[in-house]
Amino acid sequence: MFAFIAKRFIQGIFVLLAIYAVTFLLVAATPGSPFSTERAIQPEVLAQIEAFYGYDKPVMERLWVSLTNALSGEFGPSAVYANRSVTDIIAESFPVSIKLGSISLLLALIIGIPAGILAAVKQNTWLDYIPMSSAMVGICLPTFVMGPLLALVFGLLLQMLPVSGWFGPEYVILPSLTLGLYYAAYFARLTRGGMLEMMNQDFVRTARAKGVSESTIVWKHCLKGGLIPAITFLGPALAGIIAGSFVVETIFQIPGLGQWFVRGALNRDDFLILGLTVLFASLIVVMNLLVDIAQVVLNPRVTYD
Amino acid sequence: MTDHPEVAVVAAHPPHEQLATSTAIAEEELEQGSSLWRDAWIRLKKNRLATISLFIFLFVCVFCLIGPFFVPHDSQSQDLLLGATPPSADHWFGTDSLGRDLLVRTMEGGRISLLVGLVATTVSLLIGVIYGATAGYLGGRVDAAMMRFVDMLYALPFTIFVILLMVAFGRSLWLIFVAIGAVEWLSMARIVRAGVINLKKQEFVEAAVSLGFSHKRIILRHLIPNVLGPVIVIATLTVPAVMLLEAFLSFLGLGVQPPNASWGVLINEGQQNMEIFPWMLIFPAFFFALTLFCLNFLGDGLRDALDPKSAKD
Repeated sequence: MFAFIAKRFIQGIFVLLAIYAVTFLLVAATPGSPFSTERAIQPEVLAQIEAFYGYDKPVMERLWVSLTNALSGEFGPSAVYANRSVTDIIAESFPVSIKLGSISLLLALIIGIPAGILAAVKQNTWLDYIPMSSAMVGICLPTFVMGPLLALVFGLLLQMLPVSGWFGPEYVILPSLTLGLYYAAYFARLTRGGMLEMMNQDFVRTARAKGVSESTIVWKHCLKGGLIPAITFLGPALAGIIAGSFVVETIFQIPGLGQWFVRGALNRDDFLILGLTVLFASLIVVMNLLVDIAQVVLNPRVTYD
Repeated sequence: MTDHPEVAVVAAHPPHEQLATSTAIAEEELEQGSSLWRDAWIRLKKNRLATISLFIFLFVCVFCLIGPFFVPHDSQSQDLLLGATPPSADHWFGTDSLGRDLLVRTMEGGRISLLVGLVATTVSLLIGVIYGATAGYLGGRVDAAMMRFVDMLYALPFTIFVILLMVAFGRSLWLIFVAIGAVEWLSMARIVRAGVINLKKQEFVEAAVSLGFSHKRIILRHLIPNVLGPVIVIATLTVPAVMLLEAFLSFLGLGVQPPNASWGVLINEGQQNMEIFPWMLIFPAFFFALTLFCLNFLGDGLRDALDPKSAKD
């Protein structure tokens, strides 16, 4: 078990280094420079700016410098927002994104998993059809449709909730619903599928024949195995929630990392893009590691390899 | 290895079904082959939801493709004095803040969205099928290495990479096709590989090998045709995924660029103006969601029809 975790951990570090290098080279290969503006800058001034940011050195040397800096937690200055370092921006906005992301994920699990279990237990009744049809609707309404619709209904028509900004608890509700409902729908479908598969197993029939109560069968015998598909989906779900946060933070004007990433991409802020990509990638790699471990713990048939 | 739910499509294929499939199309008469497809068609027709979805989807396609020829407005011509107006007899879907007719813009946006869906899915289909079939057919260490690579890619934040690609190489429509197609082939490769591994052990492949056919011929003529069923299912489900990704990019301003519009661009414009001109959001969002809805139901229906024993998730 320990060897398995260590192996996955080392693998994750290599994946992250590879992501760092690829992102860096991709950004470096981009034509143009983050310092080109519409104003004509004197060549000497431009050269000085480029020297300040280290752009006058060969690419491989820059990669090495930037990587060693990153390992000590310093992602360099923002190339567009003068006098702000990427680490500052992350330190300021990360808590906002963590809050939004974790509430959304929690919401997705709290709504999705019980709905999936209910639908599986009451298969082919209206308690199955209604949650599953709503899940289908949820999957077909991406965040950038769901968000404006929720804002239109609850914010503008009913005037119940604020639609932009990030000031108090009531500002969290609409954005996290927008992000969470989509994944709640996925979790509901996966949980239902997993539970149904478990409930058709032979050992469940044996348990029923022995007179074990239905609730014991569901909660004690099936739940652990039935949740595996949903747990496997946690990694992709986190990746999706990060991507979704780009949209949701734009719609609801939330000062989180997602907005910074989009702004960085539109403005070609090299250091910002690089720093955020690596941060997002580390989150996803860590989540996948946890999912792998959880899978081994939950399912004895999965071997450590 | 993370177990992707769609892998079940092939894995759950019972042996006798596969035998029917393989004898049907491999080297036998076309008559038997058509009966398999006819069976699937009959099963699909019985699924009312899937049939309705198919018709609505075809309607949306026709609406977007030939609709603009019947509307007396042009998607680019602005009427700044008119500005944004709600739906009226002249402009059925209203106009946007530049006075452009929203009906035509929705139709032409749909053309681009559907085109992206079609082309990017084809790209992902080509990469996924060839990669998966090669890995499954060669087996052994090559297969292990190729699949480990896919596993690694699965763990990456792909949306972010598509954004990086769009930043690095400019925002042309062709790049959107390639970038999206290049990230959406992973499930396809896994499913084709699983199918090929199951087929490989069967007699007709052994026969082909002993007849001395080349690897290329065996993969292209014997193996790939037999995994077409699950591939069609996955392709149908890839189309909405691809359209979603394109709309996501366009919504952020990184995809289709003005004056061209896709549904994602229109939804973004609508979202910015929804407080004053809600129709700008409602019409494109409705058509986009409707299309995704139909394609997902159709994909589910096709899965049941082509592969009746497979588990529904």
